[in-house]
Amino acid sequence: MSKKMHIKLNVNGKDEEFLAEPRELLIYTLRERLNITGPHIGCETSHCGACTVTINGKSVKSCTMFVAQADGAEVTTIEGIGGPDNLHPLQEAFKEHHGLQCGYCTPGMITRATKLLEENPNPTEEDIRFGMAGNICRCTGYQNIVKSIQAAATEMNAAKEAAE
Amino acid sequence: MKDEVTREERVENLKGMGCSRKRVEDARFTQGKGNYVDDIKLDGMLFGDFVRSPYAHARIKSIDTTAALDVPGVLAVLTAADLEPLGLHWMPTLAGDKQMVLADGKVLFQGQEVAFVVAEDRYAAADGIELVEVDYEELPVIVDPFEALQSDVVLREDLDPKAPGAHGPRKHHNHIFTWEAGDKEPTQEVIDNAEVVAEESMYYHRTHPCPLETCGCVASMDKVNGKLTLWGTFQAPHAIRTVVSLISGIEEHNIRVISPDIGGGFGNKVGAYPGYVCSVVASIVTGKPVKWIEDRMDNLMTTAFARDYHMTGKISATKDGKITGLQCHVTADHGGFDACADPTKFPAGFMNICTGSYDIPTAYLEVDGVYTNKAPGGVSYRCSFRVTEAVYFIERMIEVLAIKLDMDAAELRRINFIKKEQFPYTAALGWEYDSGDYHTAWDKALKTVDYDGLRAEQSQRVEDFKAGRTRKLMGIGLSFFTEIVGAGPVKNCDILGLGMFDSCEIRIHPTGSAIARLGTISQGQGHATTFAQILASEIGLPADSITIEEGDTDTAPYGLGTYGSRSTPVAGAATAMAGRKIRAKAQMIAAYLLEVHDNDVEFDVDRFVVKGAPEKFKTMKEIAFAAYNQAIPGIEPGLEAVSYYDPPNMTYPFGAYVCVMDIDVDTGVPEIRRFYALDDCGTRINPMIIEGQVHGGLTEALAVALGQEIAYDDMGNCKTGTLMDFFLPTAWEVPNYETDYTVTPSPHHPIGAKGVGESPHVGGVPCFSNAVQDAFRAFGNTHTNMPHDHWRIWKTANDLGLHG
Repeated sequence: MSKKMHIKLNVNGKDEEFLAEPRELLIYTLRERLNITGPHIGCETSHCGACTVTINGKSVKSCTMFVAQADGAEVTTIEGIGGPDNLHPLQEAFKEHHGLQCGYCTPGMITRATKLLEENPNPTEEDIRFGMAGNICRCTGYQNIVKSIQAAATEMNAAKEAAE
Repeated sequence: MKDEVTREERVENLKGMGCSRKRVEDARFTQGKGNYVDDIKLDGMLFGDFVRSPYAHARIKSIDTTAALDVPGVLAVLTAADLEPLGLHWMPTLAGDKQMVLADGKVLFQGQEVAFVVAEDRYAAADGIELVEVDYEELPVIVDPFEALQSDVVLREDLDPKAPGAHGPRKHHNHIFTWEAGDKEPTQEVIDNAEVVAEESMYYHRTHPCPLETCGCVASMDKVNGKLTLWGTFQAPHAIRTVVSLISGIEEHNIRVISPDIGGGFGNKVGAYPGYVCSVVASIVTGKPVKWIEDRMDNLMTTAFARDYHMTGKISATKDGKITGLQCHVTADHGGFDACADPTKFPAGFMNICTGSYDIPTAYLEVDGVYTNKAPGGVSYRCSFRVTEAVYFIERMIEVLAIKLDMDAAELRRINFIKKEQFPYTAALGWEYDSGDYHTAWDKALKTVDYDGLRAEQSQRVEDFKAGRTRKLMGIGLSFFTEIVGAGPVKNCDILGLGMFDSCEIRIHPTGSAIARLGTISQGQGHATTFAQILASEIGLPADSITIEEGDTDTAPYGLGTYGSRSTPVAGAATAMAGRKIRAKAQMIAAYLLEVHDNDVEFDVDRFVVKGAPEKFKTMKEIAFAAYNQAIPGIEPGLEAVSYYDPPNMTYPFGAYVCVMDIDVDTGVPEIRRFYALDDCGTRINPMIIEGQVHGGLTEALAVALGQEIAYDDMGNCKTGTLMDFFLPTAWEVPNYETDYTVTPSPHHPIGAKGVGESPHVGGVPCFSNAVQDAFRAFGNTHTNMPHDHWRIWKTANDLGLHG
């Protein structure tokens, strides 16, 4: 137990302010304090990526980051990526190409993939496999995840081209 | 109006069996709206966590909880002494043994549950755990089952060494059971007099199913109404309800077990764990809901390991390769408690399918279960009760025999396959294989990969290697497997006395949509999608209008759950049978509406038509409405059906796999160049989902064959407690797979389906392993043990003198 800290976060566009022990991990802040349960806990050691969120534009594993380290940050979780009325192309592609089974890794997987495609809008299969290697899936064998990300990239590039 | 829609379009609109219907589950999962156990939050909910033993074998001299109870937020600390008056300090295992819920005087494996700290949140619980003082006296540790059978050290002091166990006499105080199948003496005689005998010992290492979501539960005792609700990661929610009732004394109707979304199971979530019992007790004690969620280390170190089979085999044949006999002995390491989750009569699961896909006239299997100071188990990791071990054994024995005979391993398989016309085929160890066409599948596989071309390339590679032109060897891994799934017939399959039937209950709504509830529970298999497809084809209502619900014991019919690829063979059959009951009643309603005799109408896609007058019909939608708004003489209102299906036999999916691998002998790194998987799972319900299951199963096979292991040191320390040390392949290590199929429907299943979820794992492990071993065949290798991680492959090369 230690003294509580005053923390400010912006999560999915909403400002949050609260007192928290410095040892509180960001994943628990999200899941238990803010009831944002999209990001999951799979390993607590940064290996599996089920807890992946975006912090200030970077993919971060929220199970190994203290909320104190995220003070003042902008955090995006799967809930901020798209919902029933504004699905992200990745969310549609994962369904279309069977890129998920039990769904437990999916929020982290899609959250990571949004960053991957921002960093590299035209990834090769190798780029995708390397860029997604921090996110483990136990069900799909990745083949359809790769396919889903490729399909979303194509879709997003076409939409961008049409808009230009 | 309806005539404008063609029959083909009507079939398509149903999205029934055979189409790659997109999954209805995916909307919530892709939007972060799944509802997993750890997402559950109840008012006043507490959090429980375990004090675990750092020692693998120790006596507990004392436990002092005083300091822990002083931690702000800690409400209670449970020990065995607290559970004893309730009779809950021990619990029965599914294997007929018993297991400590909390350490009762001693611990038998590292990580064993010693005390349960209940606190307001997980941080307070962790603080409390730090301050529980346990005084241990270390005892000699045994991690080797062979040593256990020789040792004077008694691991299980609670058992009378002279008394028989749940599966018969025990030979030694650390021995659990001996289980036999087949004919001992005749097999020995065949082997003694054989022209050729190949012999091999192999260790199928201990591993773990490791679903991405760990095990956990939330227990909530409503003292006002006397009702217990238990949410959990249960692969068998109904069985869990019965177990909780039996051990707690709470009547079954006052217990509601709910399996919400489950983040993968693979066998890890079949059993009952101390965390469930402690959460229930803690909720009763505190009057508040209590959540318990494993962390990854708890999961890998304590709940449900798999495999750990030391197998020794002899296989005999004629000089031209016709197999005449097979002998197998297994020393099975079950850890501190026998906590397997097999049908009661099968303490070694279906290991007696180890004659594989081959016509072997005589065989004998003997399995000895042994206690050691390791975590209890072992469950079936993506396999139907030790089939993975059985298939690995026979597929390695075939390779070893091929080496002995100096024969091509593909040809050796071909000349020994059970022939199509021999089905139904009764194997030497007792099972009746329902159907198969192995030669067709094998020929298709070998032709597709150009097997002869691959062998020619491999020979060239060996030449090049010997001439110093390359440092990479090429391995061709073959495997042909027969699974035994869909447990099972109540006559020989039960768990804790509960027959392994399954069930489906259908309710058709007035407007022609429906809900169907089943006794199974999806953990990623897509039941909500595929079971609706079965029903769409059976009852002629669109799959999109059918809700599938599982996992709530208050609403779903009783069933034994999802593991051992049993959902489609058993619950899928129940679904079809319940659908047929709906259709039978619909036929009577249609005949009444069309004013003809029952026998004068026939079912056609989505309607009943008058025979010979296709323009006269009633759609199922119309019939559904009529069931609720017309008084039909002699017919009750409503349209509902239930089916409890007791399968007459298991189903026997099979497949032919080929893996082509390049191995760098200097680094030990294998590169999978090609993987071809042909699966025959009978009737195919959703090809997209089948392929997904195959990709996933093969990846778990790759993991087990190439690196995934639960390892212990001599002190019984688990060396693989995190994902740093326990290998889960990433996208970077996994190849693309080519999938293919043949269709040999099961003759006894209502829709001919056999199940597929586990086939790729069962067939994949020997295929990857055989590829590694085959690469070294030309240099004198006969067998090396898995997992073939880079170090072990390098070591194999080094042992064979390939490093110069």
